[in-house]
Amino acid sequence: MLTLLPPILCLLPLTILTFQWGTDSLGADPVATLLYETGIWSLRFLLLTLCVTPLRALLKWPAQDSESNHLRRTFGLSAFGYSSLHLLCYLWFDQSFEWSDILSDIFTRPAIAIGGLSFLFLTTLALTSNQTMINLLGKRRWKQLHQLIYLTALGSVAHFWLLAMSKVDVREPLMYGFLLTLLLLLRYPPLLNWLNKPQSP
Amino acid sequence: MLIKHPDDILPSEITSETLYQDRRQFIQTAMNTTVVTAITMATPTLLTPAHAKGLLPSSPDTSYLQELPNVKKSTFSVNEELTPLEKIISYSNFYEFGTSKSDPMRHAHTLKTRPWQVIIGGEVEKPGILNIEDILKQFPLEERIYRHRCVEGWSMVIPWVGFPLADFLKRCQPTSKAKYVQFFTLRDSEQMPGQKRDLLDWPYTESLRIDEAMHPLTLLSVGMYGKTLPNETGAPIRLVVPWKYGFKCIKSIVKVHLVEQQPFTSWETADASEYGFYANVNPDVPHPRWTQAKERRIGELTKRKTLLFNGYADQVGELYRGMDLTKYY
Repeated sequence: MLTLLPPILCLLPLTILTFQWGTDSLGADPVATLLYETGIWSLRFLLLTLCVTPLRALLKWPAQDSESNHLRRTFGLSAFGYSSLHLLCYLWFDQSFEWSDILSDIFTRPAIAIGGLSFLFLTTLALTSNQTMINLLGKRRWKQLHQLIYLTALGSVAHFWLLAMSKVDVREPLMYGFLLTLLLLLRYPPLLNWLNKPQSP
Repeated sequence: MLIKHPDDILPSEITSETLYQDRRQFIQTAMNTTVVTAITMATPTLLTPAHAKGLLPSSPDTSYLQELPNVKKSTFSVNEELTPLEKIISYSNFYEFGTSKSDPMRHAHTLKTRPWQVIIGGEVEKPGILNIEDILKQFPLEERIYRHRCVEGWSMVIPWVGFPLADFLKRCQPTSKAKYVQFFTLRDSEQMPGQKRDLLDWPYTESLRIDEAMHPLTLLSVGMYGKTLPNETGAPIRLVVPWKYGFKCIKSIVKVHLVEQQPFTSWETADASEYGFYANVNPDVPHPRWTQAKERRIGELTKRKTLLFNGYADQVGELYRGMDLTKYY
């Protein structure tokens, strides 16, 4: 039951968004709301993925590697799912699948280029997230490849920052940038070791 | 001889294996519970501030709006589908009440629109102070259905009620030195809580060249949909310049000042590279961070092409003849 809960909760925002879509309660500009919500949930799940390692150290999680890996994978795949929806909304509602417009958008707006690149990284991570790929690549190379999560998360925050329409109000991307910095700092080996240190009785 | 040392640890102090296993089990359960509780608690709190846009009541309070009498239909109107009043109210950039588009709907009730005075001064023969009631009586009101295009890339069609700014300016007789008209929004952080943050250089100020101000399309609006303006949309009196981006259409005006030099506007002061003085709707001049070639009409899913001068090129193109529109954006 407990192993089923995280994936169910990962689907909760999608369920709410679908319900709001169905009842026409996404606000005056449903597309803007959908773009915002799918994007922000993708970013939140990316950050949750990055929470697993420090949380495990901090709470002296005795669980096996496979269990934390499983949680990481659930969050990571959720991030991929929401970002796929995010991309679909952009391609469909914003660009009506007009590829020449999309290309020029990528080349003229750094925010779009960075967002697209982050999505490519995340796709790579999602496609290689199963056991078969771990075996195929070998654990070492797989781990190296999955360092891409850091670039993906940095790219996502940069994308959000650059897009913050009201340039004068960047509190929200700033908050996510701060959280990401914190999560990256916790990976600094001395800090992680300190977290890992067994607690005195 | 074998000397047996007594154990350092008494057998009674050793944790039994079952208890040890229980501990692991306990920690694991605690860990799972922590994760689950964290997600459960985070989900609704993260969802709610997430631009509560979608979670707002769909019908805002409009009971306080008053019917405006003797409104004539204008021939300047476009024949396009109107944006419903609730959408206009719930989707408004009015930073004096917060930066989210639904913020005005939550906070604009603190705005007191009666009594309200507009000060006219600067390069005019007849400076003075006008009460909003007198303004409503003095100027014949017309309904004008205009396209409204925001610099962010969305648009609406709004049935404004108002009168030409030109009529208003002629009353106070601008002098020959009056080259620009400057407008100011109310400054009162009690009524407008958004002004407590230094987002813009309050009070909000906008300006038009005198020929733009005197153009027959330029409107001082006091209402929409046949009634007084909802607070969220700039009550009790605001500017409407249909061929310019929405931020030029300054809301809740308390002061009109005619000047000789081109004044700085609020958004120009905030970032001149992104928001120019002219701010004419132009699909060929992109905003530094996004294209202006397309727009989403509120109520539609996909985007439509943006028209030069928001479709009013025939009427206003003459004002900008010979000007480099990429330089004077």
